[in-house]
Amino acid sequence: MTVTYQNPDTHGYYGAFGGAFIPEMLHRNVAELQSKYLKIMADPAFRRDQDALLRDYVGRPTPLFHALRLSEKHGTRIFLKREDLCHTGAHKINNTVGQILLAERLGRTRIIAETGAGQHGVATATVCALKGLECIVYMGEKDIERQAPNVARMRMLGAKVVPALSGSRTLKDATNEAIRDWINHPDDTHYIIGSVVGPHPYPDMVARFQSVISAEIRKQLLEKTGSELPTHIVACVGGGSNAAGAFYHFLDEPDVSIVAVEAAGHGVHSGMSAATTQLGKPGILHGSRSLLMQTADGQVIEPHSISAGLDYPGIGPMHANLFETGRGIFLSATDEEAIASAFELSRLEGIIPALETAHAFSALDGMRFKEDDCVVVCLSGRGDKDLATYMQYL
Amino acid sequence: MKRSEELFLRKNNRVLNVYCTAGYPQFDSTLEVMKSLQAHGADIIELGMPYSDPLADGPVIQQSSMDALANGMTIAALFAQLRDMRKEIHIPVILMGYLNPVMQYGFERFCQDAAMVGIDGLILPDLPEFEFESVYGPVMQRHGLDFIFLVTPETSEARVKKLDSLSTGFLYVVSSSSTTGSDKQMDPVADYLKRLKGYGLRNPLLVGFGIKDKASFDAACTYANGAVIGSAYIRAISEAGDIDLATKEFLDSVLH
Repeated sequence: MTVTYQNPDTHGYYGAFGGAFIPEMLHRNVAELQSKYLKIMADPAFRRDQDALLRDYVGRPTPLFHALRLSEKHGTRIFLKREDLCHTGAHKINNTVGQILLAERLGRTRIIAETGAGQHGVATATVCALKGLECIVYMGEKDIERQAPNVARMRMLGAKVVPALSGSRTLKDATNEAIRDWINHPDDTHYIIGSVVGPHPYPDMVARFQSVISAEIRKQLLEKTGSELPTHIVACVGGGSNAAGAFYHFLDEPDVSIVAVEAAGHGVHSGMSAATTQLGKPGILHGSRSLLMQTADGQVIEPHSISAGLDYPGIGPMHANLFETGRGIFLSATDEEAIASAFELSRLEGIIPALETAHAFSALDGMRFKEDDCVVVCLSGRGDKDLATYMQYL
Repeated sequence: MKRSEELFLRKNNRVLNVYCTAGYPQFDSTLEVMKSLQAHGADIIELGMPYSDPLADGPVIQQSSMDALANGMTIAALFAQLRDMRKEIHIPVILMGYLNPVMQYGFERFCQDAAMVGIDGLILPDLPEFEFESVYGPVMQRHGLDFIFLVTPETSEARVKKLDSLSTGFLYVVSSSSTTGSDKQMDPVADYLKRLKGYGLRNPLLVGFGIKDKASFDAACTYANGAVIGSAYIRAISEAGDIDLATKEFLDSVLH
């Protein structure tokens, strides 16, 4: 396979980033995934099952909506890819549908996941309920407090939610606990990672499962504008799964500007931020080499973002490579800007976005557009889970 | 002759490797802990370099790592503490840690400084053999450092042989699929160890993870050359007023 922006080499490297830095206890499981994932995903029966679930259960294709009032504000054409309309309220389920079908084919009966905002946890609990599989979701104690509705949803769906009590008690720590669980349960367990992070093949596998987003955008844009290609594609990035999916089929199109928006928290240099490409150095976390927020001694820095889903000190290796090569433009938005954008989108378009997604909209304010530009924003999730936060600003 | 080679020539059974976290329980207790371990019967010291995200470790070693970091421990500080180590410590000392802090220190510089203070080898559980062979192994070899791979009950015969051929010093046999300090039973381990013995490996075998007392140490030593104790020792000194006394009592209870 040719190595491109979206295809890593056989060892899982996107340029200098990726790989599989795992302890021996995970080797058999990770090696099995590495050797089987592409074959399983290419199997016509697998694709048939996946397509049917995405269509009839998730509700794909999701609409591409021409946001007229937002377009007017920015003096250009803006389209919203409505991943918020997916079953469970975010793009996360595109990946969990794929991975649960993969887990079935690998004969695994016990599913574990990590979650930040709870969207990936809910999406995992959902497909586990659908398939009648045991589901354990690790979630930082701090995130359990700030994302209570999603915790309740996971429990209602039959999942066991286990608090991660170590470190910053957020997504990074939930991921550590999920990996430790996998080490302790090598025989029956599949780990559904929710983002384009982790050891090879996870970044590539998750990106492929999410790439349905950009495949649909191309078709829908052609119908609506006569061209498959936008001038800009914009998405928020924590680990980077919705961005990977939204960028995927545009990475080889040099005329499409790829814009990733990170969470700046209280400000990039405030010491309370999660803007990894601005603050990170190459390092290893959760099994891959990527950019990582860390001290001079190589200890991982506890990030900050108002949105639990972006509160992560790393970034997927594919995105690190987009940043290093200059293929992607990396911007950031603060907590405050994200809140303002969430209210603005609600009132201009009647869509309440997730806090994570709101960051992508904030970035539009700092960009210059031409009237005939065509900007696609990945509206990765809906804001129901963030109401407790939004209510403080009403 | 390397210290570890000399050790295994002299003693090929009941070799006791004890893990301790650098900078724990106090920032400057590292050397005191090492001296106590040597004095009371440890054959090898595995010195943990604390990391914020120790994936392969259970709660006890995680906590000791957090405490050590809070105490201010860094790799640079550790090398400063170990500068004159070899005036007092004569048994092999292995550094155990995760790759990220080592990379930030600079891998070549790390190996150079480790060799200079008299470190014998390294255990970096998140360094896989592909990276070892392509990048990191030659650097360690250049500085005369052993590298010890882990094998688990899930590691295939071909892979065990491969990892044995890449390892020097000893091979670290993870007793069951778990993080450190787990309570999984030792019973199925006998079959696994018998299987490993049948492979004709070149390195001595030390069993780790879940070794906590005389019974588990004896069981491990029935089929292997020795064992590694980590979490149980950390627990024994975690609230000790007198580290030397706590170390003596703990090692006596394991060895006698």
